[in-house]
Amino acid sequence: MAAPVVALEDVTRVFSLGDVEVHALRGVSLTIERGEFVAVMGSSGSGKSTLMNVVGCLDRPTSGRYRLDGEDVSRRSRAQLARTRNRTIGFVFQSFNLLARTSALENVELPLLYAGVSTKARRARATEALARVGLSERLFHLPSQLSGGQQQRVAIARALVTNPSLLLADEPTGALDSRTSVEVMQLLSSLEGITVVLVTHEHDVAAWAGRVVTLRDGRVVSDARQVPAREAVKEAG
Amino acid sequence: MGPLQTTRLALRALKRNTLRSFLTALGIIIGVAAVIAMVAIGEGARAQVEETFAAMGTNLLIVMPGSSSAGGLRGGFGTQPTLTWDDLRALQTEVPAVEAAAPTLRLQAQVQSDEQNWGTSVQGTTPTYFDVRRWRPRLGPPMTEADLEAGAKVMWLGLTVAEKLFGPDADPLGHLVRVKGVPFTVVGVLEKKGQSPMGQDYDDTVFVPSSTFKTRLNPGLGNFLSGVIFVQVRAGESTQRAQRQVTALLRDRHRLGEGQEDDFSIRNLAEVASAQQQGADTLSALLASIAAVSLLVGGIGIMNIMLVSVTERTREIGIRMAVGATPAQILAQFLVEALALAIVGGLLGVGVGLLAAQQLSASFGWPLLVRPDVVALATGFSGLVGVGFGLYPAVKASRMDPITALRFE
Repeated sequence: MAAPVVALEDVTRVFSLGDVEVHALRGVSLTIERGEFVAVMGSSGSGKSTLMNVVGCLDRPTSGRYRLDGEDVSRRSRAQLARTRNRTIGFVFQSFNLLARTSALENVELPLLYAGVSTKARRARATEALARVGLSERLFHLPSQLSGGQQQRVAIARALVTNPSLLLADEPTGALDSRTSVEVMQLLSSLEGITVVLVTHEHDVAAWAGRVVTLRDGRVVSDARQVPAREAVKEAG
Repeated sequence: MGPLQTTRLALRALKRNTLRSFLTALGIIIGVAAVIAMVAIGEGARAQVEETFAAMGTNLLIVMPGSSSAGGLRGGFGTQPTLTWDDLRALQTEVPAVEAAAPTLRLQAQVQSDEQNWGTSVQGTTPTYFDVRRWRPRLGPPMTEADLEAGAKVMWLGLTVAEKLFGPDADPLGHLVRVKGVPFTVVGVLEKKGQSPMGQDYDDTVFVPSSTFKTRLNPGLGNFLSGVIFVQVRAGESTQRAQRQVTALLRDRHRLGEGQEDDFSIRNLAEVASAQQQGADTLSALLASIAAVSLLVGGIGIMNIMLVSVTERTREIGIRMAVGATPAQILAQFLVEALALAIVGGLLGVGVGLLAAQQLSASFGWPLLVRPDVVALATGFSGLVGVGFGLYPAVKASRMDPITALRFE
């Protein structure tokens, strides 16, 4: 059997702010299998952002072990983590985080640029990824010429273009209206064969996931499977 | 990501803020241009000095007669003829450090051709003089001992006088030129000699044999020499040593006791030349260091703008890091941006500097002297400035925490 995509073992994260020690994660153990769609919920201060950063290899745990795709990444250097992010993880942020004054196509090409993919292959793969999110007609538009929903779809294309093992979405609908939110969530849940970890504090967004992990004070307080909203819609329909 | 990609990325980032990039590069442009132009000026000044002294000859001593002294009124050097023809012969034969000595008898007079007249200096001299000064005729034969012995009424014209009397490009050979009513046949025109270190025109003069000068033009001095003596120092001898020997000989011959002032004076052209040379060198060094400072200021400008740029683009850096840019790749991106600013500035600076050097040399009438090594050095230095001043901002960018950078507003 293949290794789980994410395997956290008793992970803690402590920040020292002067004399005060802030325990953002107090021993989190979590396993996410390939193809799962997991929502991480919790109020602000619950440690969900810190968990997201650790899982996304943007931060390292203070103690405990984190295996990503079976490889221990808990003690890797910054450069090694950068390469891991590049190969294994795709990010979708609340505020899109696209490069301004840079076309949709080039934004999507960005991870491939750092992966050392040739210009021609970059262009082909980025065009393909944008087609996958339904933006074939918007390749050369700048972020400022796109709607919020479209910008988030460009960001999803950028996250997908490297064929990552894990897609991390941090409040992906936080800056969108409800109709566009539904579109984006539909897109995320329609992605076949990709593991998605979604961080949110909204229940109707978490409803799209097949599993909801709830954090409070740096600990997992519940971990429940549910019928995802998409299937619920299908069943109702 | 290859160097080509990194360069393309950097150039695009610079293009995005064209005006800002240009203004930043302007610091380097001015710096490099200043170095090139200033060094060219310095070199031009030095070449000018060298040229004038090459025309004069640097291994020369000029012995001038003493001052007249009447009732406490001292007339200055040259007012009293104290040098004799015997002194000249003694200089030629008795001083070991002296290669040759030639008199120039001098008279300010009006010279007349059939058509024109011109006030100039008429000099009586010997063939040795032309050897000492390395001065050849461009037309006609040089002066010979035979001319001297015969007391021939023959004349060599300086180029300026030839032009004033006969017009440019004319052939005055064979024409008569009168000085104080005495007719001389023009047998030669001398090649151009240029200016003296004091700006005097060497070519505004005519020469006749010293014997003829003595008998026909200025007969009243007897054994005294109404002019100065040019002394050529023997090759390999120092001019100071020759000067001491000449001084000793003349003091002895003029029977000057201890404590008595010299009744002659000696100009050492090598000393004057080296003093002027030193002046030119100092000027060169001064100009170059001012220019180097402006290049440094240009570098600080780059650092300043790169720091602003890194802060402004914190979020961009965060995004790049999130999608997998390593710290080294971020460092390279910003370093190459700074380097590109410096190198583009440096190349433009070379262009501007060459143009400025050309303009300046044209307006000063100096030869255009652009040293390729200085151009290479200035360009290389601007690159170095780019790396040096770009390094800190680039390191700062590469050390950013992606989480903080992504949250930056």
